[in-house]
Amino acid sequence: MAAAVNRFFGSDLWWSFTRSPVTVASAVVALVCILGAVLAPWIAPHNPFDLASLNLSDAFKPPAWDEEGAAEYFLGTDDQGRDVLSAIMYGARVSLLVGLSATIFATVLGVSLGLTAGYAGGHVDSVLMRICDIQLTFPSILVALLVDGVVRAVLPREVHDQIALFVVIFAIGISEWPKFARTVRGSTLVERNKEYVQAARVIGVPSVRIMFSHVLPNVVGPVLVVATLNLGLAILSEATLSFLGVGVPPTQPSLGTLIRIGNDFLFSGEWWITIFPGVALIAMVLSVNLLGDWLRDALNPKLR
Amino acid sequence: MSNVAPLLQVKNLRVEFPTRRGTLVALDDVSFDISPGEVLGVVGESGAGKSMTGAAIIGLLEPPGRIAKGEILLGGRRIDNLRYEEMRRIRGKEIGAIFQDPLTTLNPLYTVGRQLAETMTTHLPIGPGEARKRAIEWLEMVGIPAAAQRIDSYPHEFSGGMRQRVVIALALCAEPKLIVADEPTTALDVSIQAQVIALLKRLAREKGTAMMLVTHDMGVIAETADRVAVMYAGRVAEIGPVREVVKHANHPYSAGLMASIPPLDRRVERLAQIDGAMPRLSAIPKGCAYNPRCPQVFDKCRTYRPDLINAGTTQAACWLYDTEAPRG
Amino acid sequence: MFAFIISRILQAVPVMLTVALISFAMFAYVGDPVAIMLGQDFTEAQRDQLVRDLGLDQPFWVQFATFIGHAAQGEFGLSYRLSRPVAELIAERAPATLELAFTAAALALLIGVPMGVYTGLYRNSWLSRFFLTFSLVGVSLPTFLIGILLILVFAVWLGWLPSFGRGDTVKLGWWTTGFLTVSGLKALVLPAITLGLFQLTLIMRLVRAEMMEVLRTDYIKFARARGLPNRAVHFGHALKNTLVPVITIVGLQLGAIIAFAIVTETVFQWPGMGLLFIQSVGAADIPVMSAYLMLIALVFVTINLIVDLLYYAVDPRLRIGRGKGGH
Repeated sequence: MAAAVNRFFGSDLWWSFTRSPVTVASAVVALVCILGAVLAPWIAPHNPFDLASLNLSDAFKPPAWDEEGAAEYFLGTDDQGRDVLSAIMYGARVSLLVGLSATIFATVLGVSLGLTAGYAGGHVDSVLMRICDIQLTFPSILVALLVDGVVRAVLPREVHDQIALFVVIFAIGISEWPKFARTVRGSTLVERNKEYVQAARVIGVPSVRIMFSHVLPNVVGPVLVVATLNLGLAILSEATLSFLGVGVPPTQPSLGTLIRIGNDFLFSGEWWITIFPGVALIAMVLSVNLLGDWLRDALNPKLR
Repeated sequence: MSNVAPLLQVKNLRVEFPTRRGTLVALDDVSFDISPGEVLGVVGESGAGKSMTGAAIIGLLEPPGRIAKGEILLGGRRIDNLRYEEMRRIRGKEIGAIFQDPLTTLNPLYTVGRQLAETMTTHLPIGPGEARKRAIEWLEMVGIPAAAQRIDSYPHEFSGGMRQRVVIALALCAEPKLIVADEPTTALDVSIQAQVIALLKRLAREKGTAMMLVTHDMGVIAETADRVAVMYAGRVAEIGPVREVVKHANHPYSAGLMASIPPLDRRVERLAQIDGAMPRLSAIPKGCAYNPRCPQVFDKCRTYRPDLINAGTTQAACWLYDTEAPRG
Repeated sequence: MFAFIISRILQAVPVMLTVALISFAMFAYVGDPVAIMLGQDFTEAQRDQLVRDLGLDQPFWVQFATFIGHAAQGEFGLSYRLSRPVAELIAERAPATLELAFTAAALALLIGVPMGVYTGLYRNSWLSRFFLTFSLVGVSLPTFLIGILLILVFAVWLGWLPSFGRGDTVKLGWWTTGFLTVSGLKALVLPAITLGLFQLTLIMRLVRAEMMEVLRTDYIKFARARGLPNRAVHFGHALKNTLVPVITIVGLQLGAIIAFAIVTETVFQWPGMGLLFIQSVGAADIPVMSAYLMLIALVFVTINLIVDLLYYAVDPRLRIGRGKGGH
């Protein structure tokens, strides 16, 4: 284990990490976002869901540095007197949860289908890739919207509200899997024709074992890159769906929901209600994207 | 030959590649001349620095590679320190280049006629009409049948050998005084190689063009070159008239290289080979770079690096020919 | 040439059929159209009559064929939400979306391609670094946030431009255009920037990556070795080769603009198809959703066809019949 740690810190990956200040900075920002989100119930100054603690007389307070602001509400309050900073921390929690779950869902689905397509070849491959092609023709947000709309039409309203979070995760995951499947299939095809895989086949190693022990390790790198870049996209998709009002239920507001609610007050001058959640969203997505970009360049020796 | 002013002079050329693990020296202290109309063959194993020397001469070293020391002179004028735009006017006009793989050297989206014409109009004071006329003549000269019809064909409509003929036409069409040909036949079918080399040799002689012919094919060298330079690990090991180097190589490395050519006049059970492999650029041994593989190695070789010294008919970078301090 | 077009059209057919199948499945099996159309009070006889009228008692394939027949004529039934023919609703909204998408696409191409070429050629200049940072922000910024920020700055704080609607429009036959009035053009500015920015940065990054790839090829090195001027090497040889892959992706992106208009139209209350669609998703108005899906598929298939034709024009290797190869 210690050797593995040493190898990591001596590796080219770590070297390129420390050499890029932008990457280090985005790692710090991403860490702050994640910690703020995960630890929200313990470190947030207020509990935005505790209706008893809300005080309407505190509504529409500007940020603390404004003359009318209160130190207690650092980033101001919304129309119901909710602390914007706390709402952001709780909202980031939902955004991150949905983004991560959807990415994991898409990864598992895409990797298994990609492996199957690449390894099985023939009809299985062409059918799966055809589905990928057709789906990739449509922007993922449209696919997610359609899935969400159909589920909404199928389920009664009460049931839908209860499982809305899962619906969003499902919808976003479904909309993103083809990218993983394509990546994995490409690498699988390359590996499948290599001699050691052919040899394993000849001596009768079962296909499933060949896929998992020989082919899978070779596709981890590209999948990791796609997953990181995809995490940013998934968080954005969730925010967009919630902004459009078809995402997570209003009882569990994500950053997108907060932005939608705040948008109504943009014209009356209470800009902070919408802008601060927006800034938080950008910080989160930008830092994840920068990390993904760096990872892609670092793992791709051609670009060095 | 020595009384003619050389066309190209390379003096103590050193090319470096800065990397994160330190600076790699790709070429070190490389010196040679080429006279007008002369063909200099450059041979050696892969990675010996043959192609790098060619790239340095035409001023197209791949970054981060750079010339760290030394000079390159063309017709007495220093060209290694020219600005990009000045060097561009020399490329194609005074130094032509031929690359290894004809399948990738031609732009797939332009007709061969257009690529010929644009090269000529760039360097010669002629208009598009005249350029087109000359383009057809050039295609005829390099042996493309029905040149007048093929001029509007795209590269993918030609075979590999035909494409290399087009590349030769492109390299020669602005009538340069020197051609740098980097493995011009390596990517071709064996049956085509001889034709292309014969064409190159004939055109060079007709036009009086000097040539630096980089190859690892000793047969091509023996047939085409006037003089030959043997490179090893980024240095010139031996340089001299082709007949001498092929028949009576003085440097142990050239001797080993020549011994590995299959003779045509008798059967051999087993070809000679040189044990070991050429060192990587990051691990060139102290002293003579060849010393770990050299059958005639002695103490001095392991500590001091030899420069080119007179070794009778050729010049060799080998302490065996050092007259001042006899071996010991 | 003709055969080429025909083969491409034939390739598009399965795609359209698949989408039609999904569309139809949504139409026929999601929710209960009969219950929705009848409302609260109805007799069993009325119900059976409606089932027969709608052809719901027919076998699946017959229903599907009927659906395709109707779809081909632009008939998608009545909107559950608005009780008006879907075709009419979409025709009303299409001009707004198309004008917005067109403006955004023009913006993205005219600015994105030159920026991509510049950053690909001069990788290390400070302007390239600035463009790249800017593009990363552009990719990371969600469309709706760009819209909100633009509204805040240009509509709320500066008061220069309107923040919602299309402004005054002029009727040209059934088409309504906002291009001909000052207020129409002013209303277009912020939505078009919002919609185009993401595509712009994407196109820029793509062109840059392709440009860098092409600049490494042998034929570019050879073009340099022939002493061609930089202008000819970069904008003749390199850019033309860059175009081949760029055309594909840009084509797809332009199609995506129409779909992405959903978000922009919501932010700016732009009366287009996207706004109609999102309202339909919220209300589970299936006929509108399935019609929109078919329409988007048609747009994509058409764009793909145009892309293939452009390919054909740019790359001579495609113009040769398969029998006549390189060797």
